[in-house]
Amino acid sequence: MQELVNIFVKSIFMDNMVFAYFLGMCSYLAVSKTVKTSVGLGAAVVFIQIITVPLNYLIDKYLLAAGALSWLGPEYASVDLSFLSFIMFIAIIASLVQIVEMVVEKFSPALYASLGIFLPLIAVNCAILGGSLFMQQREYQSVAEATSFGLGSGIGWALAIIAIAAIREKMRYSHIPAPLRGLGITFIITGLMGMAFMTFMGIKL
Amino acid sequence: MAEKKEKEALFSPKNMKLITNPLFIDNPITKQVLGICSALAVTVKLEPAIVMALSVTVVTGFGSLIISMLRNSIPNRIRIIVQLVVIAALVILVDQVLKAFSYEVSKQLSVFVGLIITNCIVMGRFEAFAMANKPWPSLLDGIGNGFGYGWILIVVALFRELFGSGTVLGVKLIPDAFYEMGYVNNGLVILPPMALFAVGIIIWIQRARNRSMIED
Repeated sequence: MQELVNIFVKSIFMDNMVFAYFLGMCSYLAVSKTVKTSVGLGAAVVFIQIITVPLNYLIDKYLLAAGALSWLGPEYASVDLSFLSFIMFIAIIASLVQIVEMVVEKFSPALYASLGIFLPLIAVNCAILGGSLFMQQREYQSVAEATSFGLGSGIGWALAIIAIAAIREKMRYSHIPAPLRGLGITFIITGLMGMAFMTFMGIKL
Repeated sequence: MAEKKEKEALFSPKNMKLITNPLFIDNPITKQVLGICSALAVTVKLEPAIVMALSVTVVTGFGSLIISMLRNSIPNRIRIIVQLVVIAALVILVDQVLKAFSYEVSKQLSVFVGLIITNCIVMGRFEAFAMANKPWPSLLDGIGNGFGYGWILIVVALFRELFGSGTVLGVKLIPDAFYEMGYVNNGLVILPPMALFAVGIIIWIQRARNRSMIED
């Protein structure tokens, strides 16, 4: 249990997707103009992350990794399909995003309208695929650990985008050198936030 | 470079624009805001940055070419999945080549080779250009955007490696005499936030020189 909490907290703060690995920066920069839309996108990312990371974990463990097919019979034990993991993971993610898009459109048209084109873009949000690839690389031991990592990394990403959206809303009233306005200052502020998040480094639960 | 010379006849001024525009005015990173994630993460050292820039150029170039050749037969509703399959197949090729020929760099790049799949430059150019244009301009557009992405990557990596580790491509550039006089490598430059500052500053310089890029 403690291990699970550890992975969860670690993936939110120490290994934050945005500040430590720069994943999902494109939508992070593009959608963070208002707090409202970024809350919506953050929630969507958390949701997709909780489903895809454990699902991809199972696929990796029982279909793709070296020797994973041994449950089919001893003659399959030497099969290693791990080179297929990119295409498999992205297929799972793209189809799930499609499903979520349909569900959101049916049950919450308002959210659908405000997320607009960004919902399909979650499919190419590197934080999602990155989550699955990190899960594969760090060799988590069980589905529970993978789920806890998925949840944590999703929440970490949502936290980052909501925070930057709040700062950008306030920033509208400040004097910024014209060439730095918009994209430039957002980069620099993200850097400052990243430095703040670095203080979590080395904390052990 | 030699290969480009042979095809010189195909480089009409209009086609040349496809390559030169993305380098500055329409740069994928500083203007279109595409492909930021990997740009920042692989720039601690110069070598992985160069490899990454080349890999992305290959994937955008050939991906655009393939998508553009297929563009009339892809049903609109499932185009994203088709595009992803094309990209993923190309990325698997790049990944296997890297693993075979430069294993060390491939280890350093870790998940970021896989993340070329979700690099928005690739998808963005497919959507914006390759789906509506002939194969040859699409190839040029893909390569141009790859280069536009690449030079920013290389500038940031050069800066970070020189000031962070005192080396360039692993060769020590800052003489020992400097260290004896009390010069210390700047540890902050190696840490993630510095990449963001570096890109922010590049954007600042670029927009200050080219006022038409300023946002309100």
